[in-house]
Amino acid sequence: MGAIQAPSLSLAALSPLLFVFGAAAIGVLVEAFAPRHVRHPVQVALALAGMVGGFAATLLIAGTETVTAGGALAIDGAGLFLQATITGLGALSILLFAERGLDPARSSFVAAAAVPAGSPRDRELLTSERVQTEVYPLASFAVGGMMLFATANDLLVMFIALEVLSLPLYLMSGLARRRRLLSQEAAVKYFLLGAFASAFFLYGLALVYGATGTIRLSEIRAAVTEDGTGTLLVLGLGLLVVGLMFKASVAPFHTWTPDVYQGAPTPVTAFMASCTKVAAFGAILRLLYVAFGTADWTWRPLVYGIAIVSMVVGAVLGLTQTDVKRMLAYSSIAHAGFLLTGVIGLGGGTGSGLAATLFYLLAYGLTTLGAFAVVTLVRDGDGEATHLSQWAGLARRSPLTAAIMAFLLLALAGIPLTSGFTGKFAVFRAAIEVGAWPLAVVALVTSAIAAFFYLRLLVLMYFSEPAVDGPTVGVPGLPTTVVLAVTVAATLVLGVVPGSVLDLAESAATLVG
Amino acid sequence: MTIANYLVLAAVLFTIGAVGVLVRRNAIVVFMCIELMLNSVNLTLVTFARSTGTLDGQVIAFFVMVVAAAEVVVGLAIIMSIYRTRRSASVDDANLLKY
Repeated sequence: MGAIQAPSLSLAALSPLLFVFGAAAIGVLVEAFAPRHVRHPVQVALALAGMVGGFAATLLIAGTETVTAGGALAIDGAGLFLQATITGLGALSILLFAERGLDPARSSFVAAAAVPAGSPRDRELLTSERVQTEVYPLASFAVGGMMLFATANDLLVMFIALEVLSLPLYLMSGLARRRRLLSQEAAVKYFLLGAFASAFFLYGLALVYGATGTIRLSEIRAAVTEDGTGTLLVLGLGLLVVGLMFKASVAPFHTWTPDVYQGAPTPVTAFMASCTKVAAFGAILRLLYVAFGTADWTWRPLVYGIAIVSMVVGAVLGLTQTDVKRMLAYSSIAHAGFLLTGVIGLGGGTGSGLAATLFYLLAYGLTTLGAFAVVTLVRDGDGEATHLSQWAGLARRSPLTAAIMAFLLLALAGIPLTSGFTGKFAVFRAAIEVGAWPLAVVALVTSAIAAFFYLRLLVLMYFSEPAVDGPTVGVPGLPTTVVLAVTVAATLVLGVVPGSVLDLAESAATLVG
Repeated sequence: MTIANYLVLAAVLFTIGAVGVLVRRNAIVVFMCIELMLNSVNLTLVTFARSTGTLDGQVIAFFVMVVAAAEVVVGLAIIMSIYRTRRSASVDDANLLKY
């Protein structure tokens, strides 16, 4: 028996991950040892430091292309771009979590999750200063898992990362301060369906392992190129794709999305809608491109079909929604379909689909985060007022809030001079370049349908009479103001002068394996 | 004994688990069905480790066990919290979120 060789480990390449996971681990200790009254500021500062540190680290090591941790992680252009996107969006989400000025109950998060909802003690705690500060380490762990997910070079690491990002999200979606029953129900649904989907991912992993004898993406690629593809391998790939598509909330694996988006505390919804989407698409790109890039006939028809279903389901069902959060959930399903158009545009690795998808993820993440931040502002006596009818005439009550929401909705609809237009243009062009013009046509038609429900909300805000007992618009504290300013500015800049960011995405569009 | 027998057994267990998730109504039983699916995957992995002559499959099986344990912690916490409020763990009773 020889001595076990230590795997090669490049700490510099891992530094973004180390920052975030370090902050999360210290956060657990703070939770255990710091007195209650100092926990909230300390946890917020720690989580923000972790995210900003991780973000800075990705910038410092930009340009690195290496396979490290014994081959388990691929730190490359696309991976670092996605890690920077995730940490940036994560930092903004933490700011939303930290908002204490809006709700008379002082926070969006429950004071003590273990107290049964509706009990006398629960009513007593509703307006207390107490808050379940565990959400900050949980969010840091989730962000760490997402960063790992986007750089996994091995199916096992991908599975572990999937769980590391999912488990905190299941918990966080059950921690709303108000409407706790809805929130807990969302957590149960998300958990059961999420665990179900990860079992499929795992079975796919086992079949691919059986077919190729390896779980390393680059070795799978070599095996696919050399020995061709058998039934076992294609079946395994299909199951892996199902597991990943679930996380990316792509129809027909989307059924959890509207319920969880509606039930979860809105800052958590914002976090899920932006960061999880980025991470899941990072993993999808890596799996399809690095492991199966040389045999793209195995996944192209599947992804093609799923993209169409997702765009149609998201756009059509979005029309029937009466709740703002549910509407944004269907919008996220439709956008997942548009993103898959970019994935199709990968071609055999020569297309511009990778850069287009990276840019789209950044643009969509910022816009949707901003939209959910606006949702946290519009409230009535019972918390957030999310029913569409309550948004009628919002422009009269608060012109600025309505203007911000209108701009973000136009960006989601893909109107020129917003980041949504640039992103859509990039992914559709990538799809047409590889000959998938029917897909681009479907995408254009569904964009038009989806534009209808964004514009409906816009019309409602500007041209309807406000209800007499309508909601009030809260005055955002510093954290939410920062989030709104950053997201609106980014949506505008990426729409008007997208050149430099598009170039950045172009130069980052490399995957090593 | 051929390898195929083990793979078929695992596939049958996985299917039983998947069908159980879809038809059973109690959240705890649904969760147990998911665990059954994970364990059938473990059987598949160990079988493939033998057939391909590599150790990876056995190592992955250990990781799956750890992940399953973590999932139990989180899952039971969530199911407990909803049970305390509603006095029911049925997934049909949890129907406030629709349309």
